[in-house]
Amino acid sequence: MKLSRRDVLKAGAALAVSAGIPGRAFAQQGPVKVGMSMPQTGTLGAGGQAALVALRLWVDEVNQKGGLLGRKVEFIAYDDQSNPANTPGIYTKLLDVDKVDLLIAPYGTVPTAPVMPLVKQRGLLLMGNFSFQVNAKVQHDMWFNNSPWNDAASWSDGFMKNGQKLGAKSIAFLAADQEFAQNLANGARALAKKAGMKVSYDQNYPPATTDFSSLIRSIRAARPDMVFVMSYPNDSVAIVRAVNEIGVGSGVKMFGGGMVGLQFTPIMSSLGSLLNGIVNYNSYVPGMKYPGIEDFLQRYAKKAAEAKVDPLGFYLPPFNYAIGQMLEQAVNGTKSLDQKKMAEYLRKNEMKTIVGPIRYDKSGEWANPRVVQAQFRGVVDKDIEQFRKPGKQVVIYPDAYKTGDVIAPFEKARKAR
Amino acid sequence: MIFSFDLLFEALIFGVLLGCFYAAVSIGLSVSFGLLDVPNVAHPAVMILGSYATYVVASYGIDPIVAGVILMPAFFVLGILIYRFYYEAFEKRGTEAGVRGLAFFFGLAFIIEVGLILAFGVDQRMAQAAYIGSSLELGEYRIPYRMLVAFGVALVLTFALTVYLSKTFTGRAIKAVAQDEPALRLMGANPVRIKQWAFGIATGVSALAGAMLIIVGPVEPALDRLYIGRTFCVVVLAGLGSMTGTLAAGLILGIAESIVLMMLGASWAPAVAFGLLLIVLGIRPQGLFGR
Amino acid sequence: MTYWIGALVVLAAALGAALSGMNEYFFYAAFVVLQFVVLATAWNILGGYAGYVNFGTAAFFAIGAYTAVVLFKWLGAPLAVQIVAAALVSGLLGFGVGMLTLRLRGIFFAIATVAVIFIMETMMVNWRYVGGATGLQLLRPDVIAPFDSYTRMLFAVMALLAVIAVSVARYVQTSWIGRGLRAIRDSEEAAECSGVPTLKLKLFACTVSGALMGAAGAPMPMYLSFIEPASSFNLSYSVSALAMPMIGGTAHWLGPIIGALLLGSIQQIVTVTISNEINVLVVGVLLVLFVVLAPDGVIGLFKRWTRYFK
Repeated sequence: MKLSRRDVLKAGAALAVSAGIPGRAFAQQGPVKVGMSMPQTGTLGAGGQAALVALRLWVDEVNQKGGLLGRKVEFIAYDDQSNPANTPGIYTKLLDVDKVDLLIAPYGTVPTAPVMPLVKQRGLLLMGNFSFQVNAKVQHDMWFNNSPWNDAASWSDGFMKNGQKLGAKSIAFLAADQEFAQNLANGARALAKKAGMKVSYDQNYPPATTDFSSLIRSIRAARPDMVFVMSYPNDSVAIVRAVNEIGVGSGVKMFGGGMVGLQFTPIMSSLGSLLNGIVNYNSYVPGMKYPGIEDFLQRYAKKAAEAKVDPLGFYLPPFNYAIGQMLEQAVNGTKSLDQKKMAEYLRKNEMKTIVGPIRYDKSGEWANPRVVQAQFRGVVDKDIEQFRKPGKQVVIYPDAYKTGDVIAPFEKARKAR
Repeated sequence: MIFSFDLLFEALIFGVLLGCFYAAVSIGLSVSFGLLDVPNVAHPAVMILGSYATYVVASYGIDPIVAGVILMPAFFVLGILIYRFYYEAFEKRGTEAGVRGLAFFFGLAFIIEVGLILAFGVDQRMAQAAYIGSSLELGEYRIPYRMLVAFGVALVLTFALTVYLSKTFTGRAIKAVAQDEPALRLMGANPVRIKQWAFGIATGVSALAGAMLIIVGPVEPALDRLYIGRTFCVVVLAGLGSMTGTLAAGLILGIAESIVLMMLGASWAPAVAFGLLLIVLGIRPQGLFGR
Repeated sequence: MTYWIGALVVLAAALGAALSGMNEYFFYAAFVVLQFVVLATAWNILGGYAGYVNFGTAAFFAIGAYTAVVLFKWLGAPLAVQIVAAALVSGLLGFGVGMLTLRLRGIFFAIATVAVIFIMETMMVNWRYVGGATGLQLLRPDVIAPFDSYTRMLFAVMALLAVIAVSVARYVQTSWIGRGLRAIRDSEEAAECSGVPTLKLKLFACTVSGALMGAAGAPMPMYLSFIEPASSFNLSYSVSALAMPMIGGTAHWLGPIIGALLLGSIQQIVTVTISNEINVLVVGVLLVLFVVLAPDGVIGLFKRWTRYFK
């Protein structure tokens, strides 16, 4: 569902009326405009729609408390269709036509990458949204990412270390030829080299690939001990199906690692039991104790049901809500909308959010990453509610959140309960 | 790049299955462009429309192939309408119409593509069936059932159409109209009615082709661009007007794509059809069995 | 003479606008419209004058853009050099494609041009130096005075390119080359028999057309600060470049301008107000409508109406 500014304004007005806002007097300067492009259709669409619900929830709640600096917050979001070619135009429109005060990045590395030179040249604050190493080349000093990872090591370490513990000596890499997967692949290759692992197979595929039977067959023929996959939602789904159709070989101990999309509720429920055995990264699974997150998830679930979007909201929504919280703290902390001051504030102070405390390092990423690797176990088909309770995604790393040991080899884990 | 005879053999099998599928997908174009000389670049787009129609019908619990067959009469009518429109607007008016006819079909393809995006979004759609997702295990080799089903349907379709064109009266009239229209007129048959009928058949077949497409893999509205290359490659390689040629050409393309996929990786596979097309156009434009 | 005065007036107006204080977004949108003036005019040289439909505009355009990227990344070349190089490379591509396929019937040439798009796109997808499938982020160099922003400068450059393209088209149309192309369009066999060097003329038109399309593509990477294959080789460039002359009128150099200004502006307005998809739908629908109802385009309609009122 693509939203024009008019739709957003109408929705905002409707929500304001329903929240009883008319009685409240906002400051006369006009609203504080927060603008972004969000992939609501295309490969990242399922995640983006859920994230949007969380952001709108934050906007409502902030306005109920009196807005920012006494002014109402107005939220403008366009749909970039997960297409990086659309984002430069959209952000230029946001800045020059809609004249927004604060920018949030689109969800995902791929749609965000083209916007980095733009915000750097104009000296603008950009709140990152679950992208991976997108600031590495541009080195913008006003970039703050909401995702719980830092560099490739923080992401792949857990996967690689567990594989080594199981005795894996060789590894296969399968990565999409796009910004996110390539960033991750470069880091992962370095880690494999440091661990002394043999790379039996290393292939990139074009993002539009839909048939992976040939690639999976080649991986099987290479007989690796573990398979590290770096893919985006559409490909992740196709790869999981291909693995179930063709099989990856009985010698593979662990499969997965960097597959985006297996955290989206609609995909989890449509793949169902096909997910079993896969070890993949996640940002939050039920059972992890973050302050205020369970309450947030309940408030979120109500809004999500109305919007007919991901009812569980584990992956992106809490972290998008956290973006809102961080903006709020920066604005209130500096008592201004001055982008430079806000950037300094975000750099120096520890942010308190529903996904825990966040402190930023020089590159705008988390100083203390908190990515988990979890293995899908005992998942049945066509059941969303099964994911609400802990147990379907067993956390195997890091130790702080661990709930179980990994079951290997991969083929055995597929049948385990 | 991993090379082994096992992999090569599997690639060949896959290539044969894929090739037959490509042939079935192109056979409608073989009729409309090969026989009737209609510059139908919208053929893949109509086929994708068939895929989406299959998706909608199949969502009521009907098997996709059955859904495709159910849709064939509707698409037959659609084909007649399109041809009628094309004839009235362009073919009647003579040679200058060639450029405009081409532009018309290009515009039509685009409208269909965007219409699908508006109706279904840019997201991929897949069909669900018992045979999608599992494979036939022959020793070390795994052959996905979805490919076998598509292969089977494709063979039946190609065979049926070839028999129709050579054995029935209307079929032979269609071939006649392609070879010598004035002669046919002298014999009392109305060439416009026959061409209309043929175009209808070609479009009806596209409905089933669309059903096969969504069984073989996920579809999205922009997929027609890739299939323009594949279908025209098959039709040109076959030689205009040859039905058996279409099967042979399809197999060649399928095997070529499968081997390139295995040896050079997934990045080069989309270019195979177009590259082969350019080579054929450059060296032997009349194709393998052309008239 | 009046033509050149008109051209100078247009250039002066563009320059004046670029130096004025108008909203930045105007230049952002106007750049795209002017880009289509060049593309439509270039397409028409082969498509309108000679009757050979080129579906591959996106390929020539994108290769121009990638050439500019290579020169920028490798040599830090200034924009003018990028544009000239892009024109040369795309012109060469046009020549090559022409050599391969212009001997064949019209529809085979058209299908071959679609093939060129895919093949060029696959090559760029596999070339890591220009970013491969991931794409490349580019940092714009500092803007040259007296312009305030890079976008304004690009707007002025594109206006200049538009004037150049139209002047070339006008020359081709009014010269013996144009007469030859028209003869080919009306009846290629008759033209051959009368001694018209059909292949040479077609090759010339194809080369010039490709070169201009490449020139139009060169500023694109700087405009977006980003380049990536899927959007650069987007088929909608091909459809628009074909639709605009068909809508404006293919027989005269004014036709593509009218079509581009009309359709381009509609597209920009629709993108901002309604949605991106409807914008693309509008192009397709208008194309089909005009091709069926008004084969001579807006110019043809205008001629019919003025004749009606005389």
